Amino acid sequence: MTLDVAWAVDWVRASAATVVEHRDELVELDRQIGDGDHGENLKRGFTAVLAKLDALEAPPATIGDVLKLVATTLMSTVGGAAGPLYGTAYLRAAKACGSSSVDSAGVVALLEAGLEGIVARGKATTGEKTMVDAWSPAAEAAAKASADGAQPAQVLEAAAVAAAAGAEATVPLVATKGRASYLGERSAGHLDPGARSSQLILEAAVAAADRAA
Amino acid sequence: MTGTVDDVREPAAVALVLVSHSRELAAGAAELAGQMAPGVLIVAAGGMADGGLGTDYEHIEQAIERAASDGRSVVVLTDLGSAVLTTEAVLEAVAPELAQRVRLADAPFVEGGVAAAVTAHGGAGLDEVAASAEHAAASFGPGASAAVGAPEVAPGEATDDGVVRASRTLLNPLGLHARPAAVVARMLAGYDATVAVNGVNAASVLELMKLGATQGAQLQIEASGTQAREAVAALTDAIDAGFGEI
Ligand SMILES: [Mg+2]
Repeated sequence: MTLDVAWAVDWVRASAATVVEHRDELVELDRQIGDGDHGENLKRGFTAVLAKLDALEAPPATIGDVLKLVATTLMSTVGGAAGPLYGTAYLRAAKACGSSSVDSAGVVALLEAGLEGIVARGKATTGEKTMVDAWSPAAEAAAKASADGAQPAQVLEAAAVAAAAGAEATVPLVATKGRASYLGERSAGHLDPGARSSQLILEAAVAAADRAA
Repeated sequence: MTGTVDDVREPAAVALVLVSHSRELAAGAAELAGQMAPGVLIVAAGGMADGGLGTDYEHIEQAIERAASDGRSVVVLTDLGSAVLTTEAVLEAVAPELAQRVRLADAPFVEGGVAAAVTAHGGAGLDEVAASAEHAAASFGPGASAAVGAPEVAPGEATDDGVVRASRTLLNPLGLHARPAAVVARMLAGYDATVAVNGVNAASVLELMKLGATQGAQLQIEASGTQAREAVAALTDAIDAGFGEI
């Protein structure tokens, strides 16, 4: 089976819903080790994405079109580092998904392109208490699931589970990238807000895939 | 539009874009740098469209396009994290022809902006303007070189080594602050001469300001080059006139 444009749109809407729902939690996480704006920034960004989606006269032709709309909107409305990071992730993912549907391998390509975008933009690697700590295990788990013959929804689920574990594993880490790095050792003991929001967004992809089934 | 893209006066060959999370910070830095380089186009790109803190892709893109119009090159200075990331994202997406005329300087926002503005005002090219911004941290830091006095010699007299030396007392009540420092740097750009004041490069506003010379300070001038004598004469006249401030 494959996931289509309707899934992509549903994923984006579900992402917006979960980001809005977890706004306060993300703000609190970012307050602990950053500037406290992550929840509000993502809420503003995804709210703008919804407005753009609603204003479309015709549904997007490809999954890439959906992801590109998300990319350009987040870049101009999020405001914090999450704007260019997620923006580049969605942009690279869009380039990897120029068709109207994706199979399991396509889902892996999407996630790997997203990870690549975040790494290229943020120049971070795993273990630095960033979004990469959620996305990297997610892409790896997705690739493994796909190789094992899993359907797209199960590939996404493997990715989301790995992202959750990766986010949780940022707690003891000391940040060396981004605003949290100014705290040095004091950044340890807190969940990274970017890793947490990455997990939420990947979980939204799973929920949308389950609804598409 | 957001109304936060403010340009300052007429353009030199290299323009600046100042990207900050804060509209006020970008505008203030542009004002400060522009004061010392009235011929340089300085575009402030600060804050979000609603005036809040953050960096806005479209806003930065427009600022860069505006700065680069009429064939100018552009040096971009940024404050914290997302200002850098968003600018990099913009430069990755714009036409290659434009991107190659733009440098993102790894430089302190305020000091780098001032240094870049003054260097651009002196007619320097893209690489030199970017380099001046990136070296601004070193010339402002606590470890920056201490002033070294030269022996006092009659004004404008060339010594055996071909160096023209002069000594003057600074008359300005406020010392050698930004404005007179900029006057010196701009004035000397017109001469084929290398001039040092108390051991620092007099063509650099930052170096001059860093001297911290207050009223009554002795300024030891040393110049070399084909127009050393003329440069020293102009400089001593300007010092004696208190840079028009007394
Ligand atoms: Mg933040």
